Amino acid sequence: MAEIPAREAAPRGTNGAVKFTLSGALAGARSCVPIAISGSAIGLVFGTLAGQAGLGAGEAALMSALVFSGAAQFVVLGLWASPLPVVAIAVTTLVVGMRHVLMGAALGPVFSKLSPLKAYGSVFFMADENWALTMGEFAKGRRDAAFLLGGGLLMFCAWTGSTFVGGAFGGAVEDPARWGLDFAFTAVFLALISGMWKGRSDILPWAVAAAVAVAAHHWLPGQWYILLGGLAGSFAGAVRRGH
Amino acid sequence: MGISLITLLAIVLMAITTYATRAGGLWLASRFDLSERAGAWLDQIPGAILVSLVAPAVLTGGPAEALAALAVVVVAVRTASLPAAMVTGVVAVVVLRAIEANLL
Repeated sequence: MAEIPAREAAPRGTNGAVKFTLSGALAGARSCVPIAISGSAIGLVFGTLAGQAGLGAGEAALMSALVFSGAAQFVVLGLWASPLPVVAIAVTTLVVGMRHVLMGAALGPVFSKLSPLKAYGSVFFMADENWALTMGEFAKGRRDAAFLLGGGLLMFCAWTGSTFVGGAFGGAVEDPARWGLDFAFTAVFLALISGMWKGRSDILPWAVAAAVAVAAHHWLPGQWYILLGGLAGSFAGAVRRGH
Repeated sequence: MGISLITLLAIVLMAITTYATRAGGLWLASRFDLSERAGAWLDQIPGAILVSLVAPAVLTGGPAEALAALAVVVVAVRTASLPAAMVTGVVAVVVLRAIEANLL
C-alpha cells in the first residue's frame, strides 16, 4: 500500500497512451489513505478553529467542500472578523493558491489528452499530496489520469467530513503541534522527494528551490515561498539542462 | 444552522479564485504547444515545489525538525513505504521536541 513512486527514466510525449479508468481512481484512493487519515486530524482542527472564529459547522464544512484547500482556509481564518473583509479574503486565497497554476501546468502534457470535462473536473480535486503522487505515477510511465481524481475524492470526503465534526464537536484536537500532526505532511512530502531523487542533476534545482523558499518564507508574508521556490528551482533545472 | 449571506459570498469567492488557480495552469499548458525546453521545465516543477514546501520547516524549524526529517528520509529510502515514513516523522518529531523542551 502507498508505495513511494520512484522517478525512473521519465517517458515524455505520447509513448504510453493516457487512460482514465476506475482501477486508476481506486489506485489513487488507496495511495492517499494515510494522507486522508492525517488530513482528517487537520480537518478536525480546522473545524474547531473555524468555530472559534465565528463560523458555524455547516459554514465551515461548506467552505471545505467548495474551496478544498487547507492552506487557504487556515490563512483566511486569521482574517475572519466582523464586518467580513470579503475582498481581502478573496485576494489572500488567490495568493495562497498561485502554486496551483504551476502544479496544473505540470499536469498539462498528460491531462490535455483527456476530455475537458474529465480534465477540468479532476483538477478541482487537485491538492498538493495527490498531485505529487500522481506526478510520481506519470514519471513511472503509468498514465492513468484518474489517479488524481481517486485520491482527491477520498481526501475531499475526509477533509469536508472532519471539518464538520470539528465544527460541531469542537476542541477535539486543540493543538496539532502537540501530537506532531503538523509534521505529518512534511514527512509525506519528504518521502515523495526521496522517491524523486534521480541523481546529481537534482542537486542544483533543489538547492535553489530550498534557498529561495527559505528566504521568501523569512521575508514575505503568507505562502509566496512555495510558488517562488518552485519557480526558481524549476527554472534553474531547465536552464542547466539546456546547456 | 443558517448560513449568513456575507459568509456565503466570501466562501463562493474563495471557491472561484482557488478553482481558477487549479484550472489556470492546466489551461495554459494545453493551450500552447510545448517546446522541448518548456517540457524540460515542467519536468522540474514537482521536485522544486515539494522541496519548497518542506524547506522552511526542515531547515529553519530547529534541531528536532531537522533530525526528524533525516529519519523520514532514511525510512523512506529503506522501505519505500509512505505510511511508514509518515509515522516515523510524526513519532520522531514528538519525541525530539519533548527532549528539546526538557533540555532547554
